[in-house]
Amino acid sequence: MDIIGSSIPRLGAVERVTGAQQYAADIRVENALHVKLVSVPCAHARILAVHSNDAAGLPGVRGLFTAADLPHPVPRYGPVYTDRPMLATGETKFSGEPVAVVVAETEDAAKSAARLVRIEFEELPAVLSVDAALNAQSPLVQDAALRPNDPLAGTNTLREWQFGWGNVDEAAADLVVENDYSFPMVTHFAIEPHAFLAAPDANGVTVWSPTQHPYVLQRVVAAALHFPIARVRIIAPDPGGGFGGKGWPKVEPLMAWLALHVGRPVRLVLSLEETFQAARRASARIHARTGFSSDGRIVFQDIEANFLLGAYADIGARVVSKASYSACGPYRAAHARIAARALLSHTTPSTAFRGFGTPQASWAVESQLNQAAATLGIDAVEIRRRNLPARGEAFNPNDTPADGEWNTALTKAANAIAWSAPLAPNRGRGISLGLKSSSTASRSVAIVRLHFDGSASVLCGTSDMGQGARTVLMQIAAEELGLSPDRIAIVMGDTAVVPFDSSTSASRSTVFMGNAVIEACERVKMQLRQMAQTVPGADGMSPADLLQAHFGPTRGEVIGIGEAGNAYEPGHPLGGRAAFWELMCVACEVEVDPETGETTIHKLVLVSDVGKALNPHQVEAQDEGAAVMGIGHTLMEQLVLGADGRILNLGSLDYRIPSIKDVPLELESHLIENADGPGPYGAKGAGEGGTLAVSAAIGAAINQAAGITLRDLPLTPERIWRARNEKGRTRNE
Amino acid sequence: MTVSITVNGTARTFDVQTHHTLLRSLRDQLNRSGTKECCAEGECGACTVLLNGRAVNACLVLAVECDGEEVVTIEGLSTNGQLDPVQQAFVETGAVQCGFCIPGMIVAARYLLSSNPHPSENEIKEGLAGNLCRCAGYSRIIDAVELAAKRGQG
Repeated sequence: MDIIGSSIPRLGAVERVTGAQQYAADIRVENALHVKLVSVPCAHARILAVHSNDAAGLPGVRGLFTAADLPHPVPRYGPVYTDRPMLATGETKFSGEPVAVVVAETEDAAKSAARLVRIEFEELPAVLSVDAALNAQSPLVQDAALRPNDPLAGTNTLREWQFGWGNVDEAAADLVVENDYSFPMVTHFAIEPHAFLAAPDANGVTVWSPTQHPYVLQRVVAAALHFPIARVRIIAPDPGGGFGGKGWPKVEPLMAWLALHVGRPVRLVLSLEETFQAARRASARIHARTGFSSDGRIVFQDIEANFLLGAYADIGARVVSKASYSACGPYRAAHARIAARALLSHTTPSTAFRGFGTPQASWAVESQLNQAAATLGIDAVEIRRRNLPARGEAFNPNDTPADGEWNTALTKAANAIAWSAPLAPNRGRGISLGLKSSSTASRSVAIVRLHFDGSASVLCGTSDMGQGARTVLMQIAAEELGLSPDRIAIVMGDTAVVPFDSSTSASRSTVFMGNAVIEACERVKMQLRQMAQTVPGADGMSPADLLQAHFGPTRGEVIGIGEAGNAYEPGHPLGGRAAFWELMCVACEVEVDPETGETTIHKLVLVSDVGKALNPHQVEAQDEGAAVMGIGHTLMEQLVLGADGRILNLGSLDYRIPSIKDVPLELESHLIENADGPGPYGAKGAGEGGTLAVSAAIGAAINQAAGITLRDLPLTPERIWRARNEKGRTRNE
Repeated sequence: MTVSITVNGTARTFDVQTHHTLLRSLRDQLNRSGTKECCAEGECGACTVLLNGRAVNACLVLAVECDGEEVVTIEGLSTNGQLDPVQQAFVETGAVQCGFCIPGMIVAARYLLSSNPHPSENEIKEGLAGNLCRCAGYSRIIDAVELAAKRGQG
């Protein structure tokens, strides 16, 4: 059986169905103390005093710390901006930001003590919306002193960008469509809440975290502690769902400091509510002005994108720049102008979230196309066809040309949904494309060790968070080394063991870590060939026999190191071109209940251009899961904030994600495979695509079914019902 | 107080705090960490176990309520390394992604099949409506339950 392209069962599936899989919260370290974070019940507050005597006196409490107990100045950290203090200092900037931390012998004691900590605070006005963040009268979220030499330091704009080409102001269009679109604040809601351990070790400190990027965490923890990288070890158990929410450091630097300070292991398992307060997707308001010729060709795209980040930058600015840079989608346009802002607010720091800002932009740009199609009397599939670039066409003049058969994806999706068939009453169809720039500058290293008995270990810094990286990397090694899967071990998740990897993000692991594994295997094989020249009768020997003949009784192994990545380009707005484009086409048919405004998705079709599916079931499952996640932010999910900045629907009772009853009645996933990607055997990355294009497809279908026009997500039954019943309004608040 | 609970066929006698949930006792005292905690308020189903044969959220049951009762967790479904047909079906259909919801999902599916050996698709959806998964599109989970039902759940 050819292992590449075969849907072999997931590595680790048996451990996961039997309960044997050890997630971070399942790992027990002897003698560990329990940690509980203490915060104030509002977003923005001046901290006046922390009274901790009652709490500190409880049996079992081993320490109670505030910013005053940390080194001075209070250590700050972050993956790009070093802006987040280990504990709030002077004021809190978002609801749930830790002000104090309790360390105790038992979880009960830590919780009881946390309840007894009394924080005196003065609530301050909070910046909670795009409008408030843009208002020069609003309080500053970030201390201007942290932004030396930054001309924007006196504003709540963390960064702004201008991208584009041509000259939008002089472009002549027959039709200009101009609208505002909004995309809600949503949370990742991985079923595994974040959990952390930290312990002093002989070299320095070990931190356990279900992180997607062990090497980012190692760098950030080391910097926060003023440790050399070598003295920080990250152990990263497979995450129980990541989606970007476990990408960038959260409270690990504080945990590392605590472990070193108290001299014992410390353990913190966040509740789901605390996890909501630890990471979210940036909300966005996008003003789109799109010019069309009378035959439906895009003349210009003029986009103003305001993304609302939280109180600290996390990776938020990168989300904004990357998504905005390719906000025009997979279409050619003679002129483009994109003005983007990353705005700070007194909310949970926004971070990476599957799609990395593109779902926000795509909702606007694709909905614009639908409106233009309707106005010009052109079919929604046809208007897209007229604007899609052919393979090799430089649709974004400064970046990688179109690298797939995007028109084929459109046609496949349209056919699968029976685009032109008559519609039953209260039904509608929608179609949308989504395009995401993949990894730009990044690096992956893999080590392959061919052991004395001919079996092999593959060491790599990728995290398997459910996407199935272990399985795919094992398939690659099996193919390259000619080994059966049971002779291969995939080793991940420990910076003391695996070599450097930039991140498990941007759908990059199959491509870059995959290529690194191939190169490592080639280097192993090269050494075997050299060995064969010195061993008499080597012809036809198995690798194991060859190794035994070569090493004899001393025994030994052959090690190959492979590296892959794409280089940093200093002149490029993103630091590098897209290694490949991740393209998804979504088509759907929905029914809207005219009495309740409820939407039923009868069928949803996904077509992704993946180059080569190394494990087709896994790719399809990624696309389906991403699409259902997209259904969440399209139809039901939204964090609702009170005036004090607290999340009102904090937790699973009031914040609903799709359940098994919310999914499309039919869900189809199709793959286009032309082996035209830069990864192993022609693979491109996949896994985020489903989130990119779902909103505009469902939105168009709902608009058609209900005879309305909605531009604010989520498209809840209430919004749909109101739009139907308040005729004449095209925008719902 | 002291409780006696039969967990996966073995009688266990231990002291519990009256406010501790069954979930907490299973994970922290009995070293049965296969049962997962997510929402801790009975919405996500990650902690589903069988209590006297019925599926319950272990986060909503106090350990003291289980005194003298019988509990089966995900660890109790496979015997001598042999997977239960539901577990086997989840592996084969590719229903498992990150896996964190899977123990609860499988216990809920097991309960569904014990009370309704040949459920329709809608009955499967009803039976698993209390178990959230964030990775999958759920369709492969439905496939898994259908496959287990077809084979007979053993």
